[in-house]
Amino acid sequence: MKTQLSHLDALEAESIFIMREVAAEFERPVLLFSGGKDSIVMFHLAEKAFWPAKLPFPIMHVDTGHNFTEVIAYRDRRVSETGVRLVVASVQESIDRGRVVEETGPKASRNRLQTTTLLDAIEEHRFDAVFGGGRRDEEKARAKERVYSFRDEFGQWDPKNQRPELWQLYNGRHKKGEHIRVFPLSNWTEMDVWMYIARERIEVPSIYYAHQREVFKRDGMWLAVTPYVTVLPTEAVERRTVRFRTVGDASCTGAVESPAVTIEAIIEEVAASRLTERGATRADDRISEAGMENRKKEGYF
Amino acid sequence: MELLRFATAGSVDDGKSTLIGRLLLDAKQIFEDQLEAVERTSRDRGFDYVNLALLTDGLRAEREQGITIDVAYRYFSTPKRKFIIADTPGHVQYTRNMVTGASTADLALILIDARKGMLEQSRRHAVIASLLRVGHLVVCVNKMDLVDYAVEVFERIKAEFTEFAAKLEFADLTFIPISALDGDNVTERSAKMPWYSGPTLLWHLENVYVGSDRNLIDARFPVQYVVRPMSNEYHDYRGYAGQVAGGIFRPGDEVVVLPSGFRTTVAGIDSASVSLEEAFPPQSVTMRLADEIDISRGDMICRPNNMPTQSQDVEAMICWFSPERTLTARTTLAIKHTSRAARCQVKALRYRLDVNTLSRDESATHLAMNDIGRVSLRTTVPLLYDEYRRNRTTGSFILIDEATNATVGAGMILGAG
Repeated sequence: MKTQLSHLDALEAESIFIMREVAAEFERPVLLFSGGKDSIVMFHLAEKAFWPAKLPFPIMHVDTGHNFTEVIAYRDRRVSETGVRLVVASVQESIDRGRVVEETGPKASRNRLQTTTLLDAIEEHRFDAVFGGGRRDEEKARAKERVYSFRDEFGQWDPKNQRPELWQLYNGRHKKGEHIRVFPLSNWTEMDVWMYIARERIEVPSIYYAHQREVFKRDGMWLAVTPYVTVLPTEAVERRTVRFRTVGDASCTGAVESPAVTIEAIIEEVAASRLTERGATRADDRISEAGMENRKKEGYF
Repeated sequence: MELLRFATAGSVDDGKSTLIGRLLLDAKQIFEDQLEAVERTSRDRGFDYVNLALLTDGLRAEREQGITIDVAYRYFSTPKRKFIIADTPGHVQYTRNMVTGASTADLALILIDARKGMLEQSRRHAVIASLLRVGHLVVCVNKMDLVDYAVEVFERIKAEFTEFAAKLEFADLTFIPISALDGDNVTERSAKMPWYSGPTLLWHLENVYVGSDRNLIDARFPVQYVVRPMSNEYHDYRGYAGQVAGGIFRPGDEVVVLPSGFRTTVAGIDSASVSLEEAFPPQSVTMRLADEIDISRGDMICRPNNMPTQSQDVEAMICWFSPERTLTARTTLAIKHTSRAARCQVKALRYRLDVNTLSRDESATHLAMNDIGRVSLRTTVPLLYDEYRRNRTTGSFILIDEATNATVGAGMILGAG
C-alpha cells in the first residue's frame, strides 16, 4: 500500500483545500481567468474541488481589449463546455467612462490600466474573495505573498500588514468592503504547472505551442504584429516560428523562438531555459526591479 | 517526485541567505536574468564577489535595512524531490516568523557560524522546531573556511548542541560542516574536510525519510464543504469535501460523525470523477456516506473505536503574535481549529516559557508579542481535537482578535487538562 503522494498530488490537494475553504467562508468569490496557463490550471482545480457540482462562483476576465483571438476563442469554448458564469471587466469601458486615461505613443500599454478596471469590477459585483493565479516563484516581490492576501478598501496591499499563515489554518475574517486575493497556486512553479497540464491532459490555447507568426524585435523580445501595436520604422517585421510562455496583453507579451509543438517539448524547453518566464516575455516586468512591489501595492493582480 | 518542506533559521550574519542562494544556484534554479541582476547589484554596492544573499532578499523595505523581516518561500527541485523552503529571519523579535515557517515544515535547518558557536538564538530555533514538532533537524556549521576547516571546532559545536537537544524531541539530528560561500558540502563534497564522512546537505535533503511523520493510524476527516450539485444528472448526490487529517479511509468503513455521534458507513470516496479505494493525508477528497445524516462544515468523520477528544476545555502552548495587545487571563478571542470556528476565553496562563533556557515562569501575568506560554482555554462550543504531538492538523489552532480580525496567536494542544 502506497500512502506517499507525488509532489503534483500534494500541490493539487493543497490548492483544492484552499478553494473549498474560500467557498465555505466567503459569500462572493470570483476566479480571475485570463486564458493563461495558470488561470487554466486554477479553473481545472476548481472544477475538481466541487465536482460533480458546478463552480460555486463565476470567473472573471479582465479584458484589455488587446487579446490574442486564439485565447478568446479558448475562453468562450471553456465557458460553454462548463456552464460557468463569465464576467468580463473591460478596460475599454474604463477608458470610455473616463476612469482611466490611455497611454499614448507607439509603446503604449494597457497593462497598468487593468488595475482600475479590476478594482471597479470587484466593487460593482461586491466580490469579497478573488482567486488569482499568482505563484511565489514568479518574482522576488511575490516570495512573501500570503495565500490569503488582504487588501484594504482601496484594494491596496501592505506588505507589513499581512496575517501570518500557520499550518493550513487560513484566517478569512474580513470587514465589509474589504476583499482578499487568494493564490491557490502559491507553491507551484512554472514547471509544476506544465507537468500538471501534461498529467491531467488539460487543453491550453494554441499560442502556447510553436507556430508561424509575424513578429518584430523590441527591447530584446519578439512582439507579435497585432492591431494593438505600432511597429516603428526601425523595427523589422519577420516571420518566425515562435510560441508564448505567458499569455497577457498582446501589446506587451513577448514570444520566444521555439520548435515546441507538444506539451512534452514545452516541458523540456522550460527545464532547459536559462531565463525566467517573466524576464523572457513580459515587457511590463522590465520596468524596474521594484516594479512588481509598487504595482502590487496599488492593487495589481 | 516527492515534496519536502523545510524551514531555515539563522541569525543575522551566519550566512543563511548565502546558503539558500547557493542551493538554488547549484540546483540550477537561478536564471540568467536573476543572476545578472545580482551581479549588477553586487558591483553597485562595491562587493568584490557575487553576493548570493541578494538572490533572496525580497522587498525594498528590507533591502534598505539589509535584513529580512518576514517568511519568504523559495522553490527548487532535483530529479528526486521538489523542495519548498520557508526562509525565516532569526532575530529575537521574529519568533513569530519562525513559528509560522516551522508549522508546515517536515525538517528544520539551523545555521551556526563556526567562529561564534552556539548562540542563544540557535537554542531558541531548536526549541521552536521541537515545539512545532518538526521531527528532523539539520545543523549546518557554516563558515568552516574561516576556522581553517578544523574538525575540533565542528566537534565542539556538535557536542554542545547535542547536549542541549537531548532535552528536546527530534526524530533525527544531523550535523554538517559547510562553507556556503564556497559551496563546500552543500551540493558537492568538500576536499578540504576529509575528516567529514557524512552526507552533503543536498544529499541529506533528498534522502531523509519523512514518510512516517504523518499519522496514518487515527482516522480524522474534518468536513470542510458540503457538495450538493442538485443537477438532473446528480440529483441525489451529497458529498462531504475535506482533506484527510489522519488515518486511512476506505469505502465500507464504519464511521461515526461528530459531534452528532451518528454511525454509518463510507459509501464512496471521490476525487472528482475518480472513485478511490482509499484516502490518506493530505489528500483532498469528497466522501459519500451510506445514510442521509445532517452534516455540516466543522463536523468530523472518524472511526467509532478511535475518536478525538470532544471538549470545551483545552490546554495548549501558545505563541503570541500581537504587537498591540497582550494575552492575559480572561482575554476573549475567536478561535479557528480545523474547519470549526468558535470563540474562547483564556481561563489561566499557567506559565511563560523562556525559550533560551526552557525554564518556566509561573509568575507571568501576560504573554507579549513573540512570547510562548502554556494556557488553559474554554471554548463556546466543544472542539474535536487530538494532542498536537499525535496530529499536527487536529492538534493546532489559531487565535483571532475579534475587533481587528488579525491572527494574534498560534496554539498547539496538549490535552483537555
